[in-house]
Parts: sequence; structure tokens; C-alpha cells
Amino acid sequence: MNDPNILVEVKGLRKSFGPLTVMDDLDFSLFKGENVAILGQSGSGKSVLLKVIIGLLEPDEGEVSLWGRRISELDDGELNKVRRKMGMVFQSGALFDSMTVFENLAFPLVEHGFDDEDALREVVKKRLEWVSLPGVEDKYPSELSGGMRKRVALARTLAADPELILYDEPTTGLDPLNSRKISSMIHEIDKRVKSTSIVVTHDLDCARKVAGRWCYLSGGKILADGTPDELFESPHEEVRSFLRGVAPSTENQGRDSRDVPGKTTSRGAE
Amino acid sequence: MKPFLISVGDFGIFSGGVFKRIAVRKTFSGELLRQMYRVGVNSLSVVDLCAFFIGLVLVLQTSSLLARFGAEGQVATIVGAAFVREIGPVFAAIMFAGRVGTGVAAEISSMVVTEQVDAYRAFGIDPISKLALPRVFATALMLPALTAISCLVGISGGFLLAYAESGVPAPVYIAKCLDALTPIDIVASLTKGAVFGLLIGLISTYCGFNTARTTEGVGESTTRSMVSSVLIVLVADLILTKFFMLLS
Repeated sequence: MNDPNILVEVKGLRKSFGPLTVMDDLDFSLFKGENVAILGQSGSGKSVLLKVIIGLLEPDEGEVSLWGRRISELDDGELNKVRRKMGMVFQSGALFDSMTVFENLAFPLVEHGFDDEDALREVVKKRLEWVSLPGVEDKYPSELSGGMRKRVALARTLAADPELILYDEPTTGLDPLNSRKISSMIHEIDKRVKSTSIVVTHDLDCARKVAGRWCYLSGGKILADGTPDELFESPHEEVRSFLRGVAPSTENQGRDSRDVPGKTTSRGAE
Repeated sequence: MKPFLISVGDFGIFSGGVFKRIAVRKTFSGELLRQMYRVGVNSLSVVDLCAFFIGLVLVLQTSSLLARFGAEGQVATIVGAAFVREIGPVFAAIMFAGRVGTGVAAEISSMVVTEQVDAYRAFGIDPISKLALPRVFATALMLPALTAISCLVGISGGFLLAYAESGVPAPVYIAKCLDALTPIDIVASLTKGAVFGLLIGLISTYCGFNTARTTEGVGESTTRSMVSSVLIVLVADLILTKFFMLLS
């Protein structure tokens, strides 16, 4: 019997790109209302994990279940219905560059049958206010700065009121001020809509602000899983070194004598 | 050989997927009209300009050749038959592959590279029915129209030169043109346009979706779209020409 509180469950996930194995027997679960930060070095497979969860990449082995339903057993139509309960903020923003900001936000809603134009305008206006960008409806993405584009991408994801939000490096490429602004917005939005979220990042300030549970990904597995404090005291040198910003000793990296895959500490409470 | 067969298989699956979505897609008339305008109306000037000059060159070449046999009067027959049977559909298709097919491939592959296609999927929107379907339909519907117009323009261009060089009167030129044509020739010409348009639409969208996620990949997809479209159009032309010859 599936636990109805588990929104995402990943079991025995393996994913390779040619000879490079990115996920190797990875297990992960996410409970309703949790805000989790996935941390790890560049190339550790954080973004791949998000893309496998939302079904943009197919795992080589293993199972991903969303709301208790295995996505490998869903046809395209059913998978799209499940995806409509989710939202993803892409690292690049992935705004539709041939559409205005208004059209970007309205497009997913219209495609899902939202046809009241006045209500649509109201939703778009409100979501843009949430990300402190009122009045940019008629601009094209090319007319916006990098930080504004990220905020529009955030507003577009929020427009459909998703139950689960996946953030892929939401602060990457931004200056410290804009990074803090985006992190605060994500935090405010989480409080406002009480969503469940997974934030992939290597920005510790962002992770601290938006997530009460941190997972550290290395060697294709979740090496450490717990509260931020628990991860700072992790028995794995690689995790501690990453969080403190110091280089780990090479021979221990990814194969600490106590590197047991899966959880090393208790789940952090939100 | 194996990668070629895999590509052909993938292309077959992709094309089947596009046709399957016709039944699923509720409506795409708005997007279809937009794409028809984009691919058809915007291509009109370049296709017509080329057809016009080909008409002129064709009359120059054939009239000097026919003069040797004292058959200058047959120039309109040759221009009419050549344009409607071959030059019109094939040349319009090649221009179309260069102007529209490469544009579609570059547009979709850029969307792949910038994760816009992933964003469609992440929002639960099927990118094949949203992006490929209206473009494939638009190319299949607009190329026959462009073919017909390019035939008219090419034949008219030929008339202008024939009149200027040899003083061939319009009624004679038109009558000779029509003499060379049967209804089957007209049907064959328009059918070729529709089939070539469909193939160019499918190939360009397929190349767009199947791109390496690099800027170099966009260039490669665009080139692949052009080369494959022209080759397939020429092969399809051979098959259709033989088919309609048997029919007539």
C-alpha cells in the first residue's frame, strides 16, 4: 500500500550517458510539504535527478513514482496529467522567446483549458506581483535581464498552482544580490502556497533559506540526507568539505570508509 | 548502414506519431493559419522570383535549340510541359526546403537547446502536437499552392521573353501551352506539391527535435534537414512521375 504522503519515490535508479554513470542505484523519497535541497558538486547528477523525476529523461533501471503512480506505467496522456500537478523552474529559465511575458505565463493555463480571459489576466498579474515584476506583461524575454528572466520563469511555474515545484539551480548565473532576492522569493512563495519542493543548487545560502532537508549527491547516490546541521556534522569528509568550501583529500572523495548509500541521519523536519 | 536504418526507423516512428496526434489534438486551426501564413505567404516572393527567371532562361535555351529544327513555335509547348510536370513542383519544393524547412529545423532545434521543448513537456503539453503538427500541415497545404503559382509565373516569364524575342502572341502561346498538358498533368503537379510539402514538413520537424544540445547541433540539424529534404523530394519525384505516367 502506497503512503499517500509520499509525493515522489525513487527506487534503485540507474542512469548512464554512454560510459558515464550518473545515477547508480539511487533511492530517494519526498513527503508532502517537504522542501528539500539537493546539493552536490557540478556533474554529480543533480539536474539529471530532477529531469528523471519529471519524466524528461528515462532511467536505465529503477522506478520513479509520483503520487503513488509509477511513471513507467503511464502513457503520454496520463503522464502529462501528472505533470500538470508539478512545475519546474529550469536553470536557463526556458522562457518561450517568441512569446511575451504575458503569453509565457498564460500559455500553460490556456493549454490546460483555462479560457476566462479576465481571470487569466488577473492570475498573470498576481503571479508577476509575487515575483516583484509588475507591468512587464508586454515585454519579450530578450528585453529582460537574467535575474528578471528567472523571476518570470518562477512566476510562470507558479501560475498553474503546482503541488510540487522542482527548481533547477534557481540562483546560478546571478549576482549575490539577485541570488538572495530569488532565494527569498522562493521562501516566501513556499510559505504562501505551502508547496512541496525540490531545489537543486550548490548555493548554500539559497539552500539554507529554502529547504529544511538537505541531500548530498555523490557517486550516483545520496551520500547524506538530513537537516543542514546534520550534514555539517556528516561522517563523510566529502560532504563536510563541500559544505565548508574546502577541497577534500583526493583519496577519500566519493569513497569514504563510511560511505553507505542512502540516509545517514534522520530526516530533517520542515 | 545501421545508423541509416535506425534513422529511417526513428523517422518512421516520428511521422507515425505526428499522424496519430491528428485524432488526439482538439483544434489547432489558429496555429495552423499562422504557420500557413509564415511558410506560404512569406515564401511567395522568393519562389516566384526564381520561377520567373527560370521561365526566361528556359525560353532562351529552348528557342535557340528549336530554331535549328525550324520549330521555334513549339517553345511554349516545352515551357508549359516542363513547368507543370517537373520544374514547378520540384523547384518550388527545393526553394521551400531551403527557406521553410531549414527555418523550421533551426527554430525547433533552438527550442530544444534552450530547454523550451523540455518546458513544454514539464507543463504537460505535448510538443509534437503543439509544434510539429501545425507546421507539417502548413507545409503540406501551402506547397501545392506555391507550386501552382510558380508554374503560372514561370510560364508567364517565358511568354514575356518569347514575345520580346520572337513576337509570339499571347493566345498562341497559351494555346500551345495548354496543348502539351492533360488534366492528369495538373493533378500530378499539385499532388507532387502536397507530397513534397508533407515530406519537407516531417523531415524538418524531425531534424529539429532530434538535435544535439549544442549550438553546433542547431547548424547540423538545419543542414541535415536541407540535404535530406532535397534528396527525398527527388526520390519521391521519380516515384510519383512513374506513377502518374502509368496512370495516364
